[in-house]
Amino acid sequence: MALPPPDPQFVLRGTGAAVHTLHFSCGGQEPDVPVLFSGSENGFIHVWNLKTHRVDTTLDGHGRRSVYCVETMGGKNKLLSQGRDQRICLWDLAEGRTSATNSVFTENVGFCRCSLLKVAQGRWLMAMAAKGPEEVQVLELPSKTSVCTLKPEVGAKLGMPMCLKLWQHDGDSQPLLLAGYEDGSVVLWNLSMGKVLSQLVCHQEPVMSLDFDSEKAKGISGSSEKVLSIWSLNEQQNLQVYKTHKLVNAGISDIAIRPDKKILATAGWDHRVRIFGWKKLKALAVLDYHTATVHCVSFSDHKHPCERLLAAGSKDHRISIWSIYTQT
Amino acid sequence: VCFIPGGLDCSISFVSHVLGKVCVHGRQKEILSVLVPRLTDLTKSDCIWQRICWRLVECVPDRWMEAVVLGFVQRTSGADVLSSLLGNLVVKNKKARFVVTQKLLLLQYSHKTAVLQNLLGYLSLDGLRRALLIQVLQELLETWSSSSAVKHSPPEQQQYISKAILICLSHLKESEIETCRQELLTSMMEGVKCHLDSNLPQIRRLGMIVAESISSKINTDGPVLKFQYEEDDETRELKSLLVQTPPFCVVPSLADDDRNEKADAVPPVVLESNKKPHTAAPVMSDEESDAELDSDDDLVPYDMSEDKELKTKAPVYIRDCIEVLTGSEDVDKWEATVKALESLIRKNPAATREVSVELAKILLHLEEKTCTEGFVELRQRAQVAVLTTDPIPVAKYLTSQFYSLNYSLRQRMDILDVLVLAAQELSCPRPPGKTKHSGAQKPCIQLSPGSDSSKDWRRIVDERIKSKTRRFATGQSQVELASGPNEFSSVAGHFFFPLIQHFDRPLTTFDLLGEDHFVLGRLVHTLAVLMYLAVNTVAVTAMGKALLEFVWALRFHTDSYVRQGLLSCISSVLLSVPTERLLEDMTEELLETQSWLGDVVEKDPDGDCRRLALQNLLLMENLKKKLTTVPS
Repeated sequence: MALPPPDPQFVLRGTGAAVHTLHFSCGGQEPDVPVLFSGSENGFIHVWNLKTHRVDTTLDGHGRRSVYCVETMGGKNKLLSQGRDQRICLWDLAEGRTSATNSVFTENVGFCRCSLLKVAQGRWLMAMAAKGPEEVQVLELPSKTSVCTLKPEVGAKLGMPMCLKLWQHDGDSQPLLLAGYEDGSVVLWNLSMGKVLSQLVCHQEPVMSLDFDSEKAKGISGSSEKVLSIWSLNEQQNLQVYKTHKLVNAGISDIAIRPDKKILATAGWDHRVRIFGWKKLKALAVLDYHTATVHCVSFSDHKHPCERLLAAGSKDHRISIWSIYTQT
Repeated sequence: VCFIPGGLDCSISFVSHVLGKVCVHGRQKEILSVLVPRLTDLTKSDCIWQRICWRLVECVPDRWMEAVVLGFVQRTSGADVLSSLLGNLVVKNKKARFVVTQKLLLLQYSHKTAVLQNLLGYLSLDGLRRALLIQVLQELLETWSSSSAVKHSPPEQQQYISKAILICLSHLKESEIETCRQELLTSMMEGVKCHLDSNLPQIRRLGMIVAESISSKINTDGPVLKFQYEEDDETRELKSLLVQTPPFCVVPSLADDDRNEKADAVPPVVLESNKKPHTAAPVMSDEESDAELDSDDDLVPYDMSEDKELKTKAPVYIRDCIEVLTGSEDVDKWEATVKALESLIRKNPAATREVSVELAKILLHLEEKTCTEGFVELRQRAQVAVLTTDPIPVAKYLTSQFYSLNYSLRQRMDILDVLVLAAQELSCPRPPGKTKHSGAQKPCIQLSPGSDSSKDWRRIVDERIKSKTRRFATGQSQVELASGPNEFSSVAGHFFFPLIQHFDRPLTTFDLLGEDHFVLGRLVHTLAVLMYLAVNTVAVTAMGKALLEFVWALRFHTDSYVRQGLLSCISSVLLSVPTERLLEDMTEELLETQSWLGDVVEKDPDGDCRRLALQNLLLMENLKKKLTTVPS
């Protein structure tokens, strides 16, 4: 008989608003404290100390507009946040500083989360939805120079870009971009030439979130319908649908694959977080804690496998932290 | 006291005289506590001692017989002991027979159940005495089934008689039941009718239990009568009386699923407990392919059987709710709407005010479409929410509907409950700016008759009296609570006066003064509560005057629940109307009421009525005292 699903290891309260984005930074050595960054609808970014489960710092940099993306750029002192005030802020949190050091004005009023990729020491690529209607712009940070602007061809009718993922096969090869659009298709872009390499219609509804496993060249996308779509990239850089998985309730807001590529988590509009095995998409668990839509899920980057955590942030102002399948 | 056995002829009459004299002087306990255990031991096996004992009791003069018999019946530990001590005294001695069969059972009711068991067991143990047992049962049933007895005798006596009937039934043999089957049936039918007619739930329950027991006795094969009532200690105790330990007795089966009896012989039907198979929760793990082995298999799935589709969402706007409730065929949506309605009403007062009367109408007629849990409570809370959001028009509507044609009694009583709950909510001062969601914490008031009402009133009266006493201590030890305006004051009249207006005008389907006295009782209690909540409002004097007139008109009503309500009304008037107004505007009514209260305290058969009347008289005394002590 199967065990009942586990309870959250702990629950972080105190954001005071719906939680839209989460990001762990736990890779540091002792005495560095593992932290979790959370961005909320009231414009605050909270830095949670995972040892005391309390907020260490609160960052206010987006003029009380919702923060919907938070990422770290190497270590927990360099933070990037994106908010609905059309800005992407860069922070330096060393020595307790709490003001943004730099910002990028995106002129985009959408909800598309930006994607970061480290290409060299101190050099990052960031893909974000840009000013134009279906455009994605790739910038190099911290210089803020534009690398390319990806515009779909006229008549493609892809709609807004909904989610982005920058990746590269291994350390030195060309970075590529996977973008999910409003019309339900996932497009693979070549950045150096600014061209579409492959396009695949995965859903009938907008693609809400996607994640990609570069080792196996397999990705997964979720939308507002009841289907999860798993697609793969073959040697010719073509996207093909690998399989689809029907869900119990419609609506996925976020998908995350664990760094060890064993399991993945989906954040659902039905208040539940679902865990699947990545290899065969075997349904493993349904974590039912939240009382409103779960907006985001994130896996931690702990060095020790048994310390790994999963965080889920929801509209009910809570962040639940789970320790699940940590033995593998 | 020591007797020498042997062939000696002793005259025991002296001892009997002594015994009788002692008992009649009230010393039964002392003498019998010594005598009875000794005699019990001695008479257990020895015939001679038995006869001596019988002779002893028989020789007690008639004028002391009652005391002696009573003492014996109370002191002995069991019916068989009583039998060996008294022998056939009841057959031989007329006075003893009278005491045992009439006085102890029908005229007195203070004895414990053990005494009844002793008595009736004693009657059943001997063939000569069994005839008396049957006679006793018939008389008990006659009392039990007489409607005037049910209406006018105190509940304690009725409980005593019911217990006696049950014990008698348990002693009867099959043959005896056969002979008096017809009588049992007739009295059962009559008795059940008068018991169920009563307003007090305790009486109703007693009637139900006794009727069930009689029915189970006379119809051992075939369907038995079964009522639905709440089980509690009292009912369990009563039911246990029916099962006696003597081996030949048939254990009645109250389970209504044992209908397969053999027609001829009357087999002892043993109680079978229905053991429904315990359905374990199904455990599903979807898509488990055990065939293939791969590294994913070391990830053991958790139990996902709780993962179900989300229920449909309730509408977010009031007008949508109205649409769903009136027309929708989709039962899921209907159910979700019913659950969400109260909070929606409270969150959108402006929108609710636009459609308040329509919503109230819909809610009043709302029938349960699906088996929703707590449907009655949800509906009631939604009605209260509508009423508090827009009191005047909705109160007007509801009070007019109370007196309209073609409503069921349940709906009329719902109207009363809703009015009371809303009045309570409105009169509770809410701190300004905070909208308190009453939510699940607020219990629903059930204006249930019975001793609860008097206890509550006593508590309330005590609190009020305490609060009215003057304190000379200085300084405020408590922080002042946040106060808000009393919203009930502007609408109290709208709640109260329409209800009191038409009570004496009978309609074809609704006659308050006639058959529907249960609703009348509830109406009276409602008026009492509304009066109580109207303290510190402007209309309170007019309400008080009208209420006293109303009480005066109904004061001789035969139903004790109605009378309790009327007395509560008087309490409310005395507590809510300011004293000066009471004395200036209502002097004659107060005087008349006072004389009526005095009458009730002395002559009313119902204990609760007497208690309430006494409380009211005390309140009046306090008022008078307060006036004389207040320096003018």
